[in-house]
Amino acid sequence: MARAAVLGRLSWLVARLADIRDETATARTLILEVPGWPGHLPGQHIDVRLTAEDGYSTQRSYSIASAPAGSRLELTIQLLDDGEVSPYLAQVLSRGDPLELRGPVGGYFVWHPADPAPVLLIGGGSGVVPLMAMVRTRIASGSQAPMRLIYSTRSRDTLLYAAELERIAAGGSGLSVDVVYTRSAPPGTGGRTGRLDGDRLAALAGPQDAGVACFVCGPTGFVESIADLLTSRGMDPRQVRTERFGPSGGN
Amino acid sequence: MTDMWTDGNSLGGPLREVFCADLTAATGRCAGCGRTGQLAEGRAFDHAAGVVLRCPGCGQPLLRMVRGPGRTWLDLRGLEYIEIASPG
Repeated sequence: MARAAVLGRLSWLVARLADIRDETATARTLILEVPGWPGHLPGQHIDVRLTAEDGYSTQRSYSIASAPAGSRLELTIQLLDDGEVSPYLAQVLSRGDPLELRGPVGGYFVWHPADPAPVLLIGGGSGVVPLMAMVRTRIASGSQAPMRLIYSTRSRDTLLYAAELERIAAGGSGLSVDVVYTRSAPPGTGGRTGRLDGDRLAALAGPQDAGVACFVCGPTGFVESIADLLTSRGMDPRQVRTERFGPSGGN
Repeated sequence: MTDMWTDGNSLGGPLREVFCADLTAATGRCAGCGRTGQLAEGRAFDHAAGVVLRCPGCGQPLLRMVRGPGRTWLDLRGLEYIEIASPG
């Protein structure tokens, strides 16, 4: 898809839930079959619309988790305790059920696999989802762009994509993964916990690369703090693309 | 409730209801402070009847969007211009 494609007005599509993958006790991945899906770039999101029998309708945005793959699309849904939409998607929607969605949306928080520049991905909590789409697209596309993922999460119990990230971390080839545990670290990781602060970031991100493209996604506070750390290390703010999800973000 | 905002990214879908290009990646200049940036960098406040996108530099409204049954109102007074990539 070209950067400046004429897109046409966005219309709603009816997807069908093909399969489900449990990620953690409170998150699962929906594998959707979307007839008419035009394809996407990693980092883009979709809007989901739920309509009740009485006509009440509500929408949420979710980042796409998967690399482009024909009419298949994966969303990872984190259950929010006070959520209006996530309980339905995370607990009720069953194989074969329809789901109304539209997309892909967004041209800003997007990684183009043809771009050879090194990439630094920093995710907090379920902010890792669009970054995972970038990691998966790098692998699927055969891109040689150096890519580093730093993923901050509470504990092993909240870690999304655990097995896949372990395989990727062991695989080398210009793609590296570091998990930062903020509350409790599993055995074998040195037991270090705490927020991703300046020292930790400097140790993990290595020397500042002038040409690095940086993508930061997570809760608002996390994104603010990481973006400030990056720019205080001398990075041009224009190299840093951010995506926050606030109280209504639904991510 | 001053932190009830998300990125301009979140306006991607609603704006694509009326425009055939992605405006979140478009560049705009704030009429308040002159800051130039992509609309996705703005702060979207969406907890009222409509959505207000504010400049991340000075906080002034760049764009206001209100949707009603069968129509959309769009106020772009806060933007001096928008530069949109076009094909070819």
